[in-house]
Amino acid sequence: MEQAPPDPERQLQPAPLEPLGCPDAGLGAAVGKEAAGAGEEDSGVDTMTHNNFWLKKIEISVSEAEKRTGRNAMNMQETYTAYLIETRSVEHTDGQSVLTDSLWRRYSEFELLRNYLLVYYPHIVVPPLPEKRAEFVWHKLSADNMDPDFVERRRIGLENFLLRIASHPILCRDKIFYLFLTQEGNWKETVNETGFQLKADSRLKALNATFRVKNPDKRFTDLKHYSDELQSVISHLLRVRARVADRLYGVYKVHGNYGRVFSEWSAIEKEMGDGLQSAGHHMDVYASSIDDILEDEEHYADQLKEYLFYAEALRAVCRKHELMQYDLEMAAQDLASKKQQCEELATGTVRTFSLKGMTTKLFGQETPEQREARIKVLEEQINEGEQQLKSKNLEGREFVKNAWADIERFKEQKNRDLKEALISYAVMQISMCKKGIQVWTNAKECFSKM
Amino acid sequence: MEGERRASQARSSGLPAGGADGDSPGGSAPFPGSSGSSALLQAEVLDLEEDEDDLEVFSKDASLMDMNSFSPMMPTSPLSMINQIKFEDEPDLKDLFITVDEPESHVTTIETFITYRIITKTSRGEFDSSEFEVRRRYQDFLWLKGKLEEAHPTLIIPPLPEKFIVKGMVERFNDDFIETRRKALHKFLNRIADHPTLTFNEDFKIFLTAQAWELSSHKKQGPGLLSRMGQTVRAVASSMRGVKNRPEEFMEMNNFIELFSQKINLIDKISQRIYKEEREYFDEMKEYGPIHILWSASEEDLVDTLKDVASCIDRCCKATEKRMSGLSEALLPVVHEYVLYSEMLMGVMKRRDQIQAELDSKVEALTYKKTDTDLLPEEIGKLEDKMECANNALKADWERWKQNMQNDIKLAFTDMAEENIHYYEQCLATWESFLTSQTNLHLEETSEDKP
Repeated sequence: MEQAPPDPERQLQPAPLEPLGCPDAGLGAAVGKEAAGAGEEDSGVDTMTHNNFWLKKIEISVSEAEKRTGRNAMNMQETYTAYLIETRSVEHTDGQSVLTDSLWRRYSEFELLRNYLLVYYPHIVVPPLPEKRAEFVWHKLSADNMDPDFVERRRIGLENFLLRIASHPILCRDKIFYLFLTQEGNWKETVNETGFQLKADSRLKALNATFRVKNPDKRFTDLKHYSDELQSVISHLLRVRARVADRLYGVYKVHGNYGRVFSEWSAIEKEMGDGLQSAGHHMDVYASSIDDILEDEEHYADQLKEYLFYAEALRAVCRKHELMQYDLEMAAQDLASKKQQCEELATGTVRTFSLKGMTTKLFGQETPEQREARIKVLEEQINEGEQQLKSKNLEGREFVKNAWADIERFKEQKNRDLKEALISYAVMQISMCKKGIQVWTNAKECFSKM
Repeated sequence: MEGERRASQARSSGLPAGGADGDSPGGSAPFPGSSGSSALLQAEVLDLEEDEDDLEVFSKDASLMDMNSFSPMMPTSPLSMINQIKFEDEPDLKDLFITVDEPESHVTTIETFITYRIITKTSRGEFDSSEFEVRRRYQDFLWLKGKLEEAHPTLIIPPLPEKFIVKGMVERFNDDFIETRRKALHKFLNRIADHPTLTFNEDFKIFLTAQAWELSSHKKQGPGLLSRMGQTVRAVASSMRGVKNRPEEFMEMNNFIELFSQKINLIDKISQRIYKEEREYFDEMKEYGPIHILWSASEEDLVDTLKDVASCIDRCCKATEKRMSGLSEALLPVVHEYVLYSEMLMGVMKRRDQIQAELDSKVEALTYKKTDTDLLPEEIGKLEDKMECANNALKADWERWKQNMQNDIKLAFTDMAEENIHYYEQCLATWESFLTSQTNLHLEETSEDKP
């Protein structure tokens, strides 16, 4: 990388976890603008050049996969697959690409990267990883993680993952992502040093919020339902597709038996012999053609699977909103109760139950000085609470705005990709039909010559 | 038409002439292959000529005696049309048309059985009428086959469908089973009708024309159970002795039959399996299309695309159903018939070998003077004649059978290939039109975006 990032200090930190609409105006503005479009406009911020640099000037590929053995955390021998990530920078003038970085990563490191992004960009629909274990397998396809076909498909999936991040207007600027592509050693430590695991919201907290939130933004509620439906229908589709593939495999392969029997039969037939023999050959061709056909279809299934996993990413954003909204509601509730307490203390009426009120009743009234002190404390707390509520509100609104912008971007992407996938499915079917016509036309000719 | 009538009369007049072998119960051998040959009758049938009164046949339904009956070249059903085309050795002299249809269930206190209606239309003189309609059950077909085998032990008698199929039978009389059997029975009778010798068999004629009670009484007049058993015992005994002097050509024939039997059985299994796999594929595909419709309910922008994909899948589904039915109509019955034929052929070889064994044992007896040898030379002479006739009959029929087999197999597999081509062409058209519509849509959209 010949160009040093303009503001090294700022770049070293990930996008801050504090309210986004905050002090760092430059960053905020850039985020806002980039979320809105393809990042082509000039916001006048240095980071934009950096952004363009990412979008236009580099190529990322996961070009190889290799089996490795090593020792794991418990000092036990294990086998895993490592993937070679190559980054090329494309020269402006002649379009030639130069290899700038190349390193090896394993699946768990990709997972680490993604988990980090999930924590630091909760308003973004973070691209999903390809599946960890093979699912929706039709029975001839191996469910073994070490199977070369599975490894190959995973390689493509990981490349796709990186490309999605690199083409995302916000995520592509992340330093940790940049280091993932460029710094082989020590990267894991660097990620962990950000302390992102601590900042992550606990699952329990999120679940609690989902049940108790009173006024979530309706759009997010609808989005949650949509993502549930998407997940359910794509799962169903993938399951049936796997079964259909299985059956199709059976039909093709049984025809291969004709090949063998025809060949044996042709030995005893004088006139029919030649025709039988050559027809048998075509039956063999037919039977073996299914392997490539289904391999192609597997890629189609992978495209659908990506969106199956995207559904979970959508839900993550909804969960974050619910959490923030719940937090806000709790803060507001807390503030309201404190205000009321204050009022009661000031006016002397006791409407709400309080421990102090209880003890007062039991042990006698407190002195005016004591009461004053308490009011003062409460007033401070109320002030603080109001500040916090205000900033939480702002934070919440910013989140909704930014999240919704990314969701719109995601929707466009999804519609484009799914349509393309369906069209590619049609193309595959057409190719399969053409092959079928050819084989059977040849076979028919042989039969008619018998 | 006049010429045809003359031809059939010529044949019928040739019938009584060849009575030379009248005393031998099983021996009747036509001259090889030619359609104008004289056919010899069995002893039993000659006896029956005295009972001509009983054989007076009449149509069950007088309305069938219409103008149609005077045009024997008009086949009555598409299937017999097909049969006409298939039997290339009888192109222009077909004067016997048979259809098997209308299966009916009969329930008695003892049993339930199915009868099939058999309609015969003919211009032959030896038939008392030109149209007949009778009802027969499977047992009757079995009887006919037995009689034919008895009369012509070394001719290749067409096979009957199996008595029952053990595997996968839920109930004895499910519709598919009955329909498959009906078609096979139709084939059986038509093959006999097209056979140059068997077509003139008297039992065959009685089968086609006699009323139920007439048939029963005729059946009872066959050689008694004991004599039939005696024949079987002798047959088993001679077959156990083995055949030492089977001529070279029959050795070849035997080898062919063994191998052919193996291969055709395998092909039968493979074909059945393909049908099963296609059916299961069809069942899964039926579920595949509708999921896309379900999906379209939650995707505003992809509704049309998804619905179109669903309809493409459904159309391919229908095409696959058609392919399946094509397989079960064209290929499976033909292959299965030849499986049964291969069993039949082995039986024919055995019977030929039996005659040979009998001859050989008598020759051996003469050579070693084991028993009283006075009558032997005469007996041997007769057996030698019998052997020669049997061998010639088989040779001729073998050539005819092989020719038919090649044609049938060729046609069946060509049909199967055609079905598959048609299937893929249909699916191709479906997906191509989907693709075109998507591209057109895209062009429309991009042109709308332009200022």
